[in-house]
Amino acid sequence: MKHRIALAAILALVLHPAYAQEKAARKGAKPAALVTSPAEQKDAATLEFEKFRTQMEQEGNPAELHEMRGEELWKAKRGAKNVSLAESCDLGLGVGVVKGAYVQMPRYFADAGKVMDAERRIVWCMVEKQGFKFDDLAKRPFAGGDYTPEQTALVTYVAAQSTNMKIAVPLKDAHVREVYEIGKEVVNYRAGPYDFSCNTCHGEDGKRIRMQNLPNLSTPQGALTAVLGWPGYRMTGSVMLTHQWRMNDCFRQQRFPQPQYASDTVTALLTYMTANANGHMYKGLGIKR
Amino acid sequence: MATYPIRIRALLKGDVTSITAIVSHPMETGLRKDDAGKTIPAQFIQVLTVEVNGKKMMESHLNTAVSTNPVFNFKLKGAKLGDKVVVSWTDNTGEKGSGETTIIPG
Repeated sequence: MKHRIALAAILALVLHPAYAQEKAARKGAKPAALVTSPAEQKDAATLEFEKFRTQMEQEGNPAELHEMRGEELWKAKRGAKNVSLAESCDLGLGVGVVKGAYVQMPRYFADAGKVMDAERRIVWCMVEKQGFKFDDLAKRPFAGGDYTPEQTALVTYVAAQSTNMKIAVPLKDAHVREVYEIGKEVVNYRAGPYDFSCNTCHGEDGKRIRMQNLPNLSTPQGALTAVLGWPGYRMTGSVMLTHQWRMNDCFRQQRFPQPQYASDTVTALLTYMTANANGHMYKGLGIKR
Repeated sequence: MATYPIRIRALLKGDVTSITAIVSHPMETGLRKDDAGKTIPAQFIQVLTVEVNGKKMMESHLNTAVSTNPVFNFKLKGAKLGDKVVVSWTDNTGEKGSGETTIIPG
């Protein structure tokens, strides 16, 4: 009888999830980083969605429709100056070169005298080379409803040409390094009615909002999570959204004023984040819930 | 009028060709309202056909339960490299669209 009670107790302990986790943690065979904290445990729906996402990314992502449109726009003679981006725009690897350009941005562009991320550079090219007006492009810079801005399609096209390439932001460049350091300041800057900084949510491992796990942007793995999947097709609303849009949405969630479109601040954030993910593989266009 | 691009891939592996068609289409249910409160008229693909070298391989009947910009995947046996694949659709408003590609090694 006594024996049976002891057995039941052991069983109860083994079945208890907290105990099982502790045991896994104590085992020590695995590195500590692999032990999932309760906040990182994924519910069944999240896991199912991840499976679905992988399948969609491999077999067919509606983002490719925007990539097609972006390719047409890249090659078409347009704007007041009637030139194509393909024959005028340098994304850092030479005029018209798109292969691998996305994973090496943000980078410093001497002709503009600024560090620019992909979207900002494309907007710069559209304004300086093709003769579009910046204010027109900034009026409605992100997708909504049936509308997808041309620059979003262009970013989608450029990003897709870096699929399965290593992220390599040129941090050795002093200009880029400076902007990276500014980005680090920005993620630490607390403000707004809730006195939030980016790091309030994204500076530690294992944080979450409701069931949404939040990546720790200061770690390579966390930064990678934040870089992968952008630009992405969001199934809610069937819209194509860029990494710049994601920054705007973070500002909104922090109750900050909306950042200026294609501004230094947004580039600084993207530089910090993308450079932290340096050396990892960029997997191409994403698909979001 | 809006244009509806289609992107098609047809990859042959062994004896099986896997075909992916990504169709640009609003797939409106007719149940949604716009910002002004006006009902957005229904517009959805009703018939989607797949032809290989001119021979109809599949005809599917869709309704409003299919998402915007749908992705279709299907597998086909017996096709050869270089065969021409045509995917075409007709929606309830009479609008049509189609795209074609040739089968390449997967």
